[in-house]
Amino acid sequence: MRLLFLLLWRNNFTLFFILLQSFCIYLIINNNYYQHATILNATNSVVTEVMEGYSYVKEYIHLRENNENLAKENASLREMLNDAKYDVDSSRIVVNDSINFQQYKYITAKVINNSINHRNNYLTLNRGSLQGVKPEMGVITSKGIVGIVKQVSEHYCTVMSFLHKDTRISGMIKRNKFFGSLVWDGVDPAIATLNEIDKTVPVQKGDTIITTAYSSIFPAGIMLGTVVESKLNPGSNFHQIRVRLSTRFDNLSYVNIVDNLMKNEQRELESNNKQDDK
Amino acid sequence: MILDILRIILRFIVLVTFQVLVLNNVQLGGFINPYLYVLFLITLPISTPKLLLLFVALVTGLTIDMFQNTVGMHASACLFLAFARPGWLKMIAPRDGYEADAIPSIKKFGFRWFAAYSFVLILIHHLALFYIEVFRFSEFFSTFFRVILSSIVTLLLVIIAQYISTKPSERLQRAGA
Repeated sequence: MRLLFLLLWRNNFTLFFILLQSFCIYLIINNNYYQHATILNATNSVVTEVMEGYSYVKEYIHLRENNENLAKENASLREMLNDAKYDVDSSRIVVNDSINFQQYKYITAKVINNSINHRNNYLTLNRGSLQGVKPEMGVITSKGIVGIVKQVSEHYCTVMSFLHKDTRISGMIKRNKFFGSLVWDGVDPAIATLNEIDKTVPVQKGDTIITTAYSSIFPAGIMLGTVVESKLNPGSNFHQIRVRLSTRFDNLSYVNIVDNLMKNEQRELESNNKQDDK
Repeated sequence: MILDILRIILRFIVLVTFQVLVLNNVQLGGFINPYLYVLFLITLPISTPKLLLLFVALVTGLTIDMFQNTVGMHASACLFLAFARPGWLKMIAPRDGYEADAIPSIKKFGFRWFAAYSFVLILIHHLALFYIEVFRFSEFFSTFFRVILSSIVTLLLVIIAQYISTKPSERLQRAGA
């Protein structure tokens, strides 16, 4: 017994290393949704303050570009208004009708931290649980999708970017409605791969890829990108489609968080299916 | 002694701030992420107790993790670096050993010694970090390519930082004497 203690004591450096390393591995593995939010929130207030200060400076640099984008968005919104005038009268009647109630709400947020150069990228937004943000909400811009909310503190939330190895988004070819899943292969932040499209489906360069109605996170019909190149590998049953993303991740500054008011209903229903299968 | 500790703490703050505010936002071809903050662990005094070294590495890694939203990854990579450091220092020790309070630097040990010393530690750190981040073997070679490129850029930054930072410390020494 004494010998054992002596042996352990002599190797205390290795022992300590293994101990601390397993602590780290524990942290890494537990870094999924929800967990250890308590540790993160306390420290995050310091971190986010620094990040917010930094984003003020960065925002100033991109001021001209942002103004342009806002002006464009204003213009497109105004167009919608004119179009909508005709419908307004009739919709006022159906407001009380339970058929047409609101399914999606949008919360605007500012990006205060963002990265694109890692294999797994995250964003930080300046909206949190006090503004109604919850984990697993979608994040979009006027140009396309951005990611999925991961952790939420009172005033901030972190977003798992689309540029992450675990993010898969179901997308379909707008022209013929065939769907597959869009993933990022980790090389170029502007290019993603659309998998699981059968080789019999005709795919052309320039086809538009949009979100499907199958996910409970994003509304259907949001632009994802356009097809750059489509290959057929011999022996494979699926197309290899490279998609140029419509969102530019390197200059994000304002985004919208999507709140699907009927998400729980859809989820519950679908989980019932899975239970029946067992 | 107290001055030394203060200088180490100051170096920690400067390097972490620089890493978080500048380097994390620099994109070199989307492939290369230099992590200059490892310079802090590389230039800790040679006589630093081994257990303290591990602890300091853990704290440094967790600090960077907090800013990058990568809980545990940098901490784990830093621990690998700290674990390898004493052994590697012993292997490349000069014939008459180290002085009591020596700090690894180009000025003290020469360019070749320092480059070899820091490149191995940087490589260990980056290997651990990038493979933990990817966490699968299907992208083995593209990850390896990123590790090598990033390590080389980090090494260049470390050497540049050495040349920039030797001057103020000389001034301090003269003021002390």
